[in-house]
Formats: sequence, structure tokens, C-alpha cells
Amino acid sequence: MKAIIKRELKAYFTSPLGYAVLTVLAFFFGIFYTMYLKNGSADMTNVLYLMVLALFVVIPLLTMRLLANERRQKTDQLLMSAPVNISMIVLGKFFAALLFFCVFFVEVIVFNFVYLFFGATIDWLVFLGNILGMLFLSAALITIGLFISALTEDQVVAAIATYGISLILLFMNFFMDIFSMITSITVPTAVSEAFDWICFYTRYQSFTQGIFDLTNITFFISVIAVFLFMTVRVVDRKRWA
Amino acid sequence: MIEVKNLTKKYGSHLAVDDISFSVNDGEILGFLGPNGAGKSTTMNILTGCLSATAGSTTIDGFDVLTDPFEAKRKLGYLPEQPPLYPDMTVREYLGFIYDLKKVKMPKGPHIAEICRLVKIQEVYHRLIKYLSKGYKQRVGIAQALIGNPRVLILDEPTVGLDPKQIIEIRNLIRMLGKTHTVILSSHILPEVQAVCDRVVVINKGRIIADDTPDHLSANLSDDHSLSLILEADKKKAMDAIQALSGVKSVSYVRSHGENANEFVVDPVVGYDIRKPLFELMRDKDWAVLQLRSNQMSLEDIFLRLTDDTTDTAVLERSLKRRKEQNEQEGAQE
Ligand SMILES: Nc1ncnc2c1ncn2[C@@H]1O[C@H](COP(=O)(O)OP(=O)(O)OP(=O)(O)O)[C@@H](O)[C@H]1O
Ligand SMILES: [Mg+2]
Repeated sequence: MKAIIKRELKAYFTSPLGYAVLTVLAFFFGIFYTMYLKNGSADMTNVLYLMVLALFVVIPLLTMRLLANERRQKTDQLLMSAPVNISMIVLGKFFAALLFFCVFFVEVIVFNFVYLFFGATIDWLVFLGNILGMLFLSAALITIGLFISALTEDQVVAAIATYGISLILLFMNFFMDIFSMITSITVPTAVSEAFDWICFYTRYQSFTQGIFDLTNITFFISVIAVFLFMTVRVVDRKRWA
Repeated sequence: MIEVKNLTKKYGSHLAVDDISFSVNDGEILGFLGPNGAGKSTTMNILTGCLSATAGSTTIDGFDVLTDPFEAKRKLGYLPEQPPLYPDMTVREYLGFIYDLKKVKMPKGPHIAEICRLVKIQEVYHRLIKYLSKGYKQRVGIAQALIGNPRVLILDEPTVGLDPKQIIEIRNLIRMLGKTHTVILSSHILPEVQAVCDRVVVINKGRIIADDTPDHLSANLSDDHSLSLILEADKKKAMDAIQALSGVKSVSYVRSHGENANEFVVDPVVGYDIRKPLFELMRDKDWAVLQLRSNQMSLEDIFLRLTDDTTDTAVLERSLKRRKEQNEQEGAQE
């Protein structure tokens, strides 16, 4: 697993894509933060709300090639014939993407300390909630991207499919609201509750208020575990073609 | 060392490998010979755990690839048909990654350096793989298989796409590796297999049609080949009479050699030796034989013949098996 993490991280840091992703994140973070600072607030919560959009944009770009490319380059044969467990390969890829993402979190934390230095008051519980929520959210989106990347050989297809699915999972109750508004059909409460239950964004928001609800934590960890497991299954199934 | 038992692989309804069994002894170099689509790569992928079998089992040094993959794969080095390279890595980074991936215990620097020296890739060691020539890519692929010094090497068409000089170098390398490793290599080229391998398994349409030493194989098959015959006889009569012999597949007229002398080519049915019946016919008819010569069959011809769609593979297989048994008996008697 260590070998895989090392290779993937190196690939991120030596590819233009890796730097493009970091630049985009830094750019948006900078803009959003400046916007809020002008209004005299050093609270990051709203900034990070907006950053979810940036996450949504960059995560499929990070995950699309993880497994799709192995199949296209036929390097999967290398991994499959090596004395390594498939779950270790999948976990290695997952952690590589997550660790790469941590560069962004480091950036956020550094920003925060800079403002602390300039005398801003910071609610540490809210701050921790923000970071933790964003970490869980990104990890969940990464596993979804990883899973989709295992399904196809084509990076572009993987990216587009990941956009579609993560868009739905992130904002499904908003879509439902829009849907019922336009069609003026009242959605059954059971359905709307289910949608609320799944909606990633709602769950993320509760973190940002400094509320560490165990159900939310369990929810994200389950999503991560389920998608990792399914990814392993898909990679394994490929051998049974 | 390697045991393949009743291996079958179906892709959907397409039967790619059909109930094949063979074994490879410790220290042997086995050639896997067959035309495109014969099922060579499929078999090798199953052997290395990249692909699952529909039925049958494969074991490496006693470890089943499916149920005990970890132990089996630790003994394997595999060069797939397309070398599994990461274009954006340098050779150095790549081999280092393989070393880490296989969790090799030997000292890293010296081990990798030794392999680079062996496959002669020192001069590209620091270059990006995507800029290497085909030959060097192939060598890096072989280097990758050698990392960890596995006892079994499985090489899928290791010399494909190389220039003649490199082909010879790689063949020599494989022969040398064969002294300390068990090797299976696949190829379309019979001379290659003959030059390198101790034993050949010929596979066609997923079935094994021969399993023998290269020398036996070519000797056995050349016994069957066509005869060139110049007779002092009437063309029509001679052709009819020869055609009527049992064991003759076809007779064709080549050209006239002056007064009443005609040249024919006689093709026997696979597995039949028609020289004697032919001689008897000439004697009975009192035709003068001006020339009787076996048409030397090149190795390519043999291969084409073995894998030809129109030859009756069942007859061919039987004849090969019979001859192999004969050879073995003779060997035992000596
Ligand atoms: N993934 C796959 N799905 C369906 N059919 C396949 C697949 N891979 C191979 N085949 C089929 O299985 C048969 C055997 O293929 P294989 O690649 O093993 O042949 P080969 O002997 O290696 O040929 P070559 O000399 O061209 O490399 C072929 O008919 C091929 O079309
Ligand atoms: Mg092949």
C-alpha cells in the first residue's frame, strides 16, 4: 500500500493536473475569503460552504485516472500479478488522493493562523467542525470517484460520471425542491425525508456549525467504506470477464 | 514447478482456452507457440493471476494461483504482452516502485543495478519511460519481471517489435536466465522457440496440439511432408495411379522434363509415410524413377501446417502423440 501511495502522490506532484487543481482551490479560497473579510468577518464557515463547489469541481479530476488509467495502460496486469492484495491497491489509491487533498487543508489552516496572528477571534469548535466536515465530505467524494474510475478505461467518462453522481448526492434535496416547485407536485414526505437523509451537503452543514453528530460521522464513514468495498469488488470482478 | 490442469477459459460464449494441461519442470524453458488468437496470452494471464479461469487449476511451486495467490505470485515475474509501464515515470522511479510493490527483501540499490546491467538499460536509467524506444521499453518490461529474483518467469512475446540484433540479445538473455529460472515464453516464431526453449507446447484455437522438444517436433513433422517426384511415365496415368494410393492427399503436376518425363508433387495425408507404397507402385508399373526427393519443409511451413485450419488436427495430434511415444520408448531403451 505504501508503494502505491508514494507512486500516486508523486504522480500528482509531477503532473500539471495536480498543480492546476491546487491552484484552482487556492484561487477560489482566496477570492471567497477576501469577499468575506471585506464584510468584516473572519469566520470561515461561509467561505467553506462555497468551497464545496470547488471540491465538487476538482475531485473528479483527481480521481478519474486512478484506476481507469491502470487499465488503459495495461499496468493493472502489473498490480494483479504482484503479491499484493487488491484492497491494499484500492486503499493506496484512496489515501493518495486524500493526502494530496490535505495540501489544501494545510492551506486553510495556515490562513486561519495568519488571521489569528492579526487578532481575529476564532471559534475553534466551529473551525474544527469545518475542517472535519470538509475532510469527510472530500473523502466520500473521492471514494465515489475512485469507484467510478474502476468501472471504465476512459478517464473522461470517469470524470463526467463522477460529476453527475456527486452532483446528485451533494444537492439532491435541492433538486427535489426545485422539481416540486416547477411541477408543483408535492413529493411524498417519505421520499423527501430519504433525500434529506442522503444529501451530503446537509450533513456537511451540520459539521460546520460545530456540531459533531455521531450519525453524520457514521454516515460518511459508511459511505466511504461501502464505496471502497464496491471498488475492490469491481476490480476483482474484472478478472472474471 | 508449474502445473496446469484442465484449464478452460470462456469469454462469454467464446472459448479461448479449451481444457489444456501441461507442466513445466524446475529450470526448464518452455516455449508457448501458436498463431494470433490461439490463447497464449489468456493462458499466461491466468497463470499469473491476472485473469480467472472458467475451469481447471494452475499451481506454481505447489501453490494454487487462485486459492493461495500471495505465495504463488511471490515466485512470479511476468512480462505481459504489452509491457506494463507508467509513461510518466523514469526508469529509476519505475523499478523502485516495482521493488517496493513486491516488497523485495534484497538490498535495493545493488539489486536494481544488477538487473539494469543484465538487461542493458543503464544508459536510459534516468530517462522518462515515455521517451524510450520500443526496444528499451521491452527491456524495462523484462527488468520489471526480474525484480525480486522470482524463480518463475513468464514472458509474453518478449522479442516482439525488436530489431534483429536486439532479438538475438534478448534470446541470449533468456537462455542465460533459463539456467537459474523456470521460464515460459510465448512466440509466433518457431525458430525463436527452437533457439531458446527446451520444450515446445503448440497451441491453436485454445487447444494443445503438440508438446515436445523442438527437435523432435520438427523431425516428426518433416517426415510427413510432400515428395517431389520425376517419373518416366504418362502424365495422366501416373497421376491417377498415385492418387489411388492410400495415404495420398493430392498429386499435382509441376512440369515436363523432356521426352515422357514428368514432375509431380505428392502430398501425403498427415501422419502417413507414403514412400514405400510409392516405390512399390513404381516397381509394379515399371516406371523409371528419375528423382524422388522430400521437399524440405522449413520451420515456418511446419508451424503453418500445425496451425492450418484445413489440416485434420485430430489426425495430426494422434500422429504426433504416437511419434512422441515412440521416441520416448527409444529413449528408454538406450
Ligand atoms: N477480454 C476478452 N474478451 C473477449 N475475448 C477475448 C478477450 N481477450 C482475448 N479474447 C479472445 O480470446 C482468444 C485468445 O486470445 P489471446 O489474446 O489469448 O491470444 P494469443 O494467443 O495471445 O494471440 P496473439 O498471438 O495475437 O497475442 C482470441 O480469440 C481473442 O479474441
Ligand atoms: Mg498474445
